[in-house]
Amino acid sequence: MNGALVGIVAAALLALGLGFLAQRGRQMGLGQWTVAGRSFGAPLVFLLMAGEIYTTFTFLGGSGFAYGRGGPVYYILCYGTLAYVMSYFILPPIWRYARDHGLYSQADFFAGKYESRWLGALVSLVGIVALVPYLVLQFKGLGIIVEAAGYGAIGAEPAVWIGAAVATAYVMLSGVRGSAWTAVAKDVMILAVVAFLGIYFPLHYYGGLGAMFAAIEAAKPGFVVLPDHGESAWWFSSTVLLTALGFYMWPHTFGSIYTARNARVIRQNAVVLPFYQLILLFVLLVGFAAILQVPGLKGADIDLALFKLSVKTFDPWIVGIIGAAGVLTALVPGSMILMTAATLLANNLYRLAHRSAADHHIVRVAKLLVPVVALVAVYFTLAGGQTIVALLLMGYGFVTQLFPALALSLTKTRWATPAGAAAGIVAGVATAAAVSLTHTTIATLFPGLPAAIQELNVGLIALAVNVIVLAVVSAGEKLVTVRSRSLDKPTTR
Amino acid sequence: MRMVRLLALLPFAAMLIGPFFVNRVEPTVLGMPFLLAWCVAWIVLSAAIMAIIFRFDPANRDDRS
Repeated sequence: MNGALVGIVAAALLALGLGFLAQRGRQMGLGQWTVAGRSFGAPLVFLLMAGEIYTTFTFLGGSGFAYGRGGPVYYILCYGTLAYVMSYFILPPIWRYARDHGLYSQADFFAGKYESRWLGALVSLVGIVALVPYLVLQFKGLGIIVEAAGYGAIGAEPAVWIGAAVATAYVMLSGVRGSAWTAVAKDVMILAVVAFLGIYFPLHYYGGLGAMFAAIEAAKPGFVVLPDHGESAWWFSSTVLLTALGFYMWPHTFGSIYTARNARVIRQNAVVLPFYQLILLFVLLVGFAAILQVPGLKGADIDLALFKLSVKTFDPWIVGIIGAAGVLTALVPGSMILMTAATLLANNLYRLAHRSAADHHIVRVAKLLVPVVALVAVYFTLAGGQTIVALLLMGYGFVTQLFPALALSLTKTRWATPAGAAAGIVAGVATAAAVSLTHTTIATLFPGLPAAIQELNVGLIALAVNVIVLAVVSAGEKLVTVRSRSLDKPTTR
Repeated sequence: MRMVRLLALLPFAAMLIGPFFVNRVEPTVLGMPFLLAWCVAWIVLSAAIMAIIFRFDPANRDDRS
């Protein structure tokens, strides 16, 4: 066992230990398991949110994006910030409604607001379809990290199995409390590691930030800003807006709002969470530092930029610490996704068929579904190729389609009807899938339009289809009910 | 003090419209290309704006709301 491996194994054991400790002395009913009895104060909600939002995709994908595509990567700094600003206004009413009605999942919220269990089932299906590829991505990232940081001593495949087993074990036992406790270790480690790397690499290899960017600018002019065509300012602006809208629509992120003790906790977090975005700055700096130091990574390999540069620079024991942080970065969001997917399956789909089932029965079903979801994800991780990447891109597009129906449910006037909301979501998801599978862009759809409009994020099309269908079907449904009521009148009088 | 809430529009303007005007390398700020420095500055300013809104929001005086 080499020095690097010790760090990685220690991280897995730490996660397991904290996960077990988290449930001490508590009866893990549905309310404790999924939403921690709505008892978390601002620090735990912060750690949980930060723990699940900053994933292996941030760690590997953020640095890889900076390495491979340059300036456009700045969009990840912006969309999270805007989502936090919105969260101040949108999340407190959601939290209040969830408390008053004893909700456990995102799908419960739609089912409650629109008084339709079937809409809840639809929302949970969309959520599960989006969550599984997200989980697969965490497992894939875990495999990459353990293989790279352990110098190949443990292959990617056994690493994925071990990681899945660890997450499954503590999720079954401790639910969301397990995720929150492991998030404490994860957030501290990732913060320390990423800040260190983001400061050290530019200093060590270039002598400073200014010198680094000057060297990149000399080698690749214009690489660290937005290009005039393609991923231009139009692309940037539309992508930031779309991803900011979709941000809290992920079922596990939405569900973690419910753990808050009161609405004030959520508002406090809207103030503090933007600072956490600064971590991403360090991640990007690592990616930029790698451009001239480990050149030549292509395609999916750009995600290895951080580890290639780390292995080139450091002793194995430091690489081991980086690997340990990486492992926790996969496990914490992975465990939240596992818990959320199992809750959606048990609480919103299984319950549809067993309406009289009590909460203690539902939580048992949910816990038993955790290893099932984990196995499905492990299967796709080991068997899946490019399809998974396509699925993940679709996943973000899918959950974003929940935004219009959610936003309209918060207004006083009932703009949207249950059928309208459902039809809009189905139409939006279908459009997002079609666009993603056929690699459609606005340029291929409307070749005659100006370049600026062609460069807009194609996700806007799916959202527009969603809103139009929602409006038409809702108006239609209202018309039908109004007419049938007026027809009823003479007989009822 | 509901007017204070309008401050929340500033981060949107800065991050959605700003890039059209600040998409350049020079002048660098703390070694960062100007566009990157703009985004980083607005992360910090967004937190400051949210702190101001939080401070003046009457909803935050009552713990239970």
